[in-house]
Amino acid sequence: MATGVIDEQVFAELQASAGADFVVELVDSFLEDAPQALAALRAAAVSGDAVAFRRHAHTLKSNGHTFGTLALAEAARVLEHTPLAALGDGAMAQVDALLALYDEAAAALRERCHA
Amino acid sequence: MRERRAGTARVLLADDNRVNRLLLARHVELLGHQVEMVEDGLAALERAQQQAFDLVLMDIDMPGLNGFELLERLREHPELRELPVIVTSALEGMDGVVRCIELGAEDYLRKPVNLVLLKARIGAALERKRLRDQQRELVRRFATREVAQDLEAEGFALGGRRAQATVMFCDIRGFTSLVESQPPEDIIELLNTYYTLMFAAINEHGGVVNQMIGDGLMAVFGAPKPLQAPGRCALLAAAEMVEMVAQFSEEQRALGKPEVRIGVGVASGDVVAGYTGPRSRATYTCIGDTVNVAARLEAHTKLAGHAVLFDAATREQLGDALPSLALGPVQFKGKRSEVDVFALSSS
Repeated sequence: MATGVIDEQVFAELQASAGADFVVELVDSFLEDAPQALAALRAAAVSGDAVAFRRHAHTLKSNGHTFGTLALAEAARVLEHTPLAALGDGAMAQVDALLALYDEAAAALRERCHA
Repeated sequence: MRERRAGTARVLLADDNRVNRLLLARHVELLGHQVEMVEDGLAALERAQQQAFDLVLMDIDMPGLNGFELLERLREHPELRELPVIVTSALEGMDGVVRCIELGAEDYLRKPVNLVLLKARIGAALERKRLRDQQRELVRRFATREVAQDLEAEGFALGGRRAQATVMFCDIRGFTSLVESQPPEDIIELLNTYYTLMFAAINEHGGVVNQMIGDGLMAVFGAPKPLQAPGRCALLAAAEMVEMVAQFSEEQRALGKPEVRIGVGVASGDVVAGYTGPRSRATYTCIGDTVNVAARLEAHTKLAGHAVLFDAATREQLGDALPSLALGPVQFKGKRSEVDVFALSSS
């Protein structure tokens, strides 16, 4: 089991407040929606749509915090607060890095919920 | 307001992020409330116009209409401006919070939402809404709906505003002898029926009853809210009033009780409308020459043999909505010039 990807305290609190079964459904929703948000983030980087870029980064940050996948949340947060223009050619590499963090987080969440 | 289990509120939740939406809905439901979910600001506005809610929980960053814009639209809406809104967002910094509060949000919660805070803030928002509803209910019991809305929108200030309006006076013919011949309980019942019928006809045509004295009432069309052709609205209402009273009289006669007839005077023009009286007990009223003419016309129905009389300015607005006839000029007491008097043919 991947350790350290999920903040245990955050995840336990989420389960306690919303119910463990509900959290399974919530994780499934996240795993369905997040790839679309990442694809939209990439598309925004390509087209130079700074507003959309910030919005999708914001979404991933918010959900990352919800599940306690803090590395993902923090990386998304950095993108949310960095103007797309300032990232320049590095934008795509940043999106790739975020995708890698997402894959890690998704694997950990999947393991936790569907082991 | 609909009846519901004490403490259970209907909450409208707007968030484009599915995970956030589902989780927040879950938390609010676990607090014992009912939740309707929508995915953006525009859908929230539409839903709020269709159904009654006690509280809106919304995100700021939404496509279409964002949270700031939704707040603005709610505040502009006469029916929704008092609906409490709690904003939930993962936006950082104070700017967003300050802007939400300035736009009239009740409260602000940072995401991920802390459950204890969520419960406390929903509770506080609902309690404030309950107090406001109670206050509004009280105002509406003692004022007309239009005046209550005007008070809510514009606030209370003594003094008047000029308006183009139509004033109507109506009373029961021969009321004094009626009172003398009938037991007081019957008179009160008769007055209640009479007022119910008159209010229905006047309100249906956009008028506002602003004074009741014994068997007499004064109504205004076109103030505080402007009305297209207030004169025509008033005459349509008057025709309906006469018709309703005729039916009521028919019932009275069948019961062996005295019949009732009314006289209605209608005049149109400039009025000054507003609140008069001491600050502690002001009433909404209209003053001006138009009011005097309407009162004189109503009194003149006794002599003219027609139930509904009106002036030339009202006649102009009538068009061919109802048949009328000209009775010629009449010199009223206290008026420098004669008034051209018209009557509804049917009356």
